Amino acid sequence: MMAQALRLRWTILKTCIEERLAYRADFVFGTLVRFLPTVTQIFLWGAIFSAAGADPGRKLNGYTYHNMIAYYLLALVSRAFSSMPGLAEGIALEIRDGTIKKYLTQPIDMLGYLFWHRMAHKLVYYFIATVPFAFVFWLCRGYFDGWPDALTTAGWVMALLLSFLLGFLMEALIGLIGFWFLEVSSLVFIYMMITFFLSGQMLPLDWLPAAITRPLEFLPFKYLAYFPAAVMLHRYTHTQLALELLVLVGWVVVLFAACRTAFALGLRRYGAYGG
Amino acid sequence: MPAIEVRELSKTYRVYRKREGLLASVAGLFRREYNAVAAVDRVSFSVETGEIVAFLGPNGAGKTTTLKLLSGLIFPSAGDARVLGYTPWKRDNAFRRRFSLVMGQKNQLWWDLPAQESFRLHREIYRVEPALFQRRLDELTSLLEVRSLVGQPVRELSLGERMRMELIAALLHGPEVLLLDEPTIGLDVVSQRRVQEFLKFYQAERKITVLLTSHYMKDVEALCKRAIIINHGRINHDGPLEEILDRFSRHKIMDLQFAGSEVPQDLSRFGTIVECQPPRVRLEVPRQNIPKILSDLLSNYNIEDVGVQERPLEDVIAELFSSSSSPSSSGADAANGETAPSVRPPSDGMSDLELEAEQPVDR
Repeated sequence: MMAQALRLRWTILKTCIEERLAYRADFVFGTLVRFLPTVTQIFLWGAIFSAAGADPGRKLNGYTYHNMIAYYLLALVSRAFSSMPGLAEGIALEIRDGTIKKYLTQPIDMLGYLFWHRMAHKLVYYFIATVPFAFVFWLCRGYFDGWPDALTTAGWVMALLLSFLLGFLMEALIGLIGFWFLEVSSLVFIYMMITFFLSGQMLPLDWLPAAITRPLEFLPFKYLAYFPAAVMLHRYTHTQLALELLVLVGWVVVLFAACRTAFALGLRRYGAYGG
Repeated sequence: MPAIEVRELSKTYRVYRKREGLLASVAGLFRREYNAVAAVDRVSFSVETGEIVAFLGPNGAGKTTTLKLLSGLIFPSAGDARVLGYTPWKRDNAFRRRFSLVMGQKNQLWWDLPAQESFRLHREIYRVEPALFQRRLDELTSLLEVRSLVGQPVRELSLGERMRMELIAALLHGPEVLLLDEPTIGLDVVSQRRVQEFLKFYQAERKITVLLTSHYMKDVEALCKRAIIINHGRINHDGPLEEILDRFSRHKIMDLQFAGSEVPQDLSRFGTIVECQPPRVRLEVPRQNIPKILSDLLSNYNIEDVGVQERPLEDVIAELFSSSSSPSSSGADAANGETAPSVRPPSDGMSDLELEAEQPVDR
């Protein structure tokens, strides 16, 4: 039974990887082009620090220019794990056009299937992007203060893996709103804007005023980009890291339950329009 | 025990009633009116194991909604149904392993991959033993003549080839109940016939239970002995296919060939002239008057050949749908045979098949 379930997941993963590789040129181009904004961001932060009259060693809101570039690159790695392009829109579209039927009539769990589909998506992305990522980090090695200790590094890896789960569950939940509102593109846009800002992808969250950062402590957004990056920049003690990871696990559990509930409730009101 | 049992099943949709115009659209942002649309209204029927039954009705009649209910895609508003002893909308995995739903307008194969990849995934999803899977795959690909195409990306297949691949995907796990919704829609005549022949052979071999909806009466005539006619969500007729002609067709077709090169001018007194190509003429005549009409024709004219046949099932069904265009005229009354349906002349033109296709909700 267990072996069959594992074999099914492996087959889904393999099939999805094959599908991802069907359009090679588009995929490679799309993956590599994502690195272009990295270069512009490095120049932008350079301009911001020099405009503020700060020499490379001086700090702005607790970050030197080097810290900021290191943060930016690490936040990029976080988002490579937690961002789920097209997931919410994809779920909503399948609900709207009726293709969701294949998950409902076959002995398969839709959310599980989509998880492995996304996993394949990410694995192929990492396969293509690892070399350019490594190259960029090597070029920017001077901005980092060296590797942190093993425990912090292990915490960072766990934070990245959990941010993948968190990102998946948050986007899936938005997609499942499609059971109630057939069109969710505006909602997805708002979510993307909020995430870009509140996850720390745009700015380190400790640059923001306390009035914003305090409520953020009670929301899951910071785990999508800021938290894993801040771990690598030694901003957490081991105890704080362990506590934050526990909270992150809590968010994953809560969102997992929310997704399951939304799916079950959504199916009860599903109209199966569209033939 | 019947494979499918449906009791008083209903499904009501809440449909937004949008008024015409920009102002109404703006007003709709704040306050909306909804109508309750009974897509399926207290439907009851059963299908025995191994039976193949046609489920007929115009667009919006409730056929697809019934299939969606029986496959567990949607929850009913009221009533009950059992398929192979399971309540479909509970979606037990054990149930889902024993049936298949094929929708002619929906694709479930991976578009960018060869069909064999989708088949392999199905093998794992349905937990089919590898040897059994291979045997079924060989059998189905050879019966449907697509063996050489399984390695080709689905997007490169023709519609007919794709439909055959969809059928293979639906049958690889050996379902006991097959729900087919318009399996030949959009296919050319050759592909239609191939699918029909396959389904006929496969059903006879495996004795699977099939519920088929189709607008192509050729599918229905080729495959089914029994038909359930549904309109406005209610069942109008449930019985042998030939009974539809006896019950709902008040006319028959009479083909006459006169001696010489002319046809008499006064033939319209016997019935409606459907086609006239002297010396041949085709008449539509009331079925109860046939003996008298034949006797009059043979005694008054010099006739070389004569033939009497039923009207095409397609015409009768289209007429039946048109005649029951009002919900009150359909349903229980007609099903009980208490009210004879009014029949419009065949020249009436477009049937409700087209007219109802413009309804906002595809039921």
